[in-house]
Amino acid sequence: MLAYLIKRLLLGVVIVFAALLTVFCLLHLMPGDPVSIALGTRATPEIQAQYAEKMHLNDPLIIQFLIFAGQALTGDLGRDVFSNRAVSVMVFEQLPYTAILALSSITWAILVGIPLGCLSAIRPNSLLDRILGLISVGTIAIPSFLVSIWALLLFAITLRWLPVIGAGEIGDPLDQAAHLILPSFAVGLGWVGYIARLVRASMLEVMNENYVRAAWAFGLKSNTVIYRYALKVAVLPTITMIGIGFGHLLSGTVFAEIIFARPGIGKLIFDMVMSRNFPVVQGAVMVTAAMYVITTLVADLMVAWLDPRVRESL
Amino acid sequence: MNPWREKLQLFMRNGKGMFGLVLVLIFFASALFAPQLAPHDPFQLNIPARNSGPTIDYFVGTDQLGRDTFSRVLYGGRVALKIAAIGVSVSLLIGLVLGMIAGYGPRWLDNALLLFFDTVRSFPTIVMALAVVALTGPSLGMVMVIVIITSIPGYGRLARTSTLALRNADFITAEQSLGAGPVRVLAGHILPNVIGPLLILAAMDVPVVVTIEAGLSFLGLGVLPPTPSWGSILNEGYMVIRDTPWPVVAGGIPLVLTTLGFTFLGEALRDVFDPRLRKGY
Repeated sequence: MLAYLIKRLLLGVVIVFAALLTVFCLLHLMPGDPVSIALGTRATPEIQAQYAEKMHLNDPLIIQFLIFAGQALTGDLGRDVFSNRAVSVMVFEQLPYTAILALSSITWAILVGIPLGCLSAIRPNSLLDRILGLISVGTIAIPSFLVSIWALLLFAITLRWLPVIGAGEIGDPLDQAAHLILPSFAVGLGWVGYIARLVRASMLEVMNENYVRAAWAFGLKSNTVIYRYALKVAVLPTITMIGIGFGHLLSGTVFAEIIFARPGIGKLIFDMVMSRNFPVVQGAVMVTAAMYVITTLVADLMVAWLDPRVRESL
Repeated sequence: MNPWREKLQLFMRNGKGMFGLVLVLIFFASALFAPQLAPHDPFQLNIPARNSGPTIDYFVGTDQLGRDTFSRVLYGGRVALKIAAIGVSVSLLIGLVLGMIAGYGPRWLDNALLLFFDTVRSFPTIVMALAVVALTGPSLGMVMVIVIITSIPGYGRLARTSTLALRNADFITAEQSLGAGPVRVLAGHILPNVIGPLLILAAMDVPVVVTIEAGLSFLGLGVLPPTPSWGSILNEGYMVIRDTPWPVVAGGIPLVLTTLGFTFLGEALRDVFDPRLRKGY
């Protein structure tokens, strides 16, 4: 177990490092002069020289990378080109919004997806199974940004049931919750289908396992067998997949944040890309990579903790 | 009975598969014959008729400049088809080669390639795309590069797994003992056994690729105006969503239909040709 943990942590460090290196290379090896990319062509030579000095652009690339990596490790992600605010502060201000959106989306998707998958698996190939299968494919087939746009059109503009933009008044939980409904619906919808299909497939497999057959043979009630014995193991791949799919989830939140004009990491990166504020883009991408590593690690550890077979083999 | 005829009959009996095939054929036909099918020039402005709903002249209305949305959607399919055809085939090819090398080559190379696959596969595509496009500026070529890089790992992993399963098979050992080098073994014997599942994955990957293009174009990071793409139609529609709902509806439906078509087709092909693959998805 400990060896496994150490291996995973090392892998995580490598992935963050790879992301760091990729972002760095993109920023520095792209054709064109980083100073004029960052400041535009109209900056005076003095401002350009000052910027180059501040960003260590006159040092060799290796030194630049080491400075960049060393600062990133100590939590210093650089400073905003325009406002001179610390990038880490800007990113962590936005983080809660994205975290709440991602969490609420995946939570409702799990709460709906797992029962749907179970219902399908109990009577495979029945009419109910087929209908649920079509619904699952349907939810997967609509890209999340399209769900966002259509949900905005239907519920916010045509029916006027829900607020359109922003994250709601700070200090007014009800208003904030109302602003969360549509984005969270849009980000989570595709996951409902994914989770339902995955739970169905792994339920069908688990139902044939010896321990489930033994449970039936003992004469346990069908609800006990299905929910306490089979489902408990059948949900494990879902947890792994949510860990792996975190990047996908984050892509969904980026679109939802932009479409609903909601604060968050995605909106921050998008706005900073549009204003060509590269240190912020760089810092936010780094934090995203670190978040990804932590999420997959937690998901894998959860599976190991929940499944005795995996736990033993580590 | 001829095994191919048997497979064909199995496929023909698969309702979803046939439905998917029809949708896919419509996708190809509407993109290829867009100039013949479009009732209007997709760039022709008609300011007095802007933001209109469906009329006899404009099936699904017009956009903010009075251009015919239906014609623009048809032409947008050409961008989607281009991205899908080039993006999927190039990434399939690279993924296949890298995956076979990982599966057949030394252990350290395998580990290095796996690390590369896992890192790329799991990183949020859109976040990376945003960072890249910020530096290079929006263009169809950049979208293509992003699509290819993010699709390689899926093919690579699948090719690797299949190669690993084969590398110790008797016929490979026999070939090696006859003095065949790695290139001959890989190209002549492993490739034909590995390619099938990859082609099925490719069919299922098309909608993913099309969606990435649409998403990036929606954010203004893909094709440049006035070129119509489903994403840019959605983007322009989003800007005027309070005035007319038609562009965002019309721009989105082909995306959904394409996804459904390729998903159903891919699943049917998988069930017919390689039922074992089913588990992983």
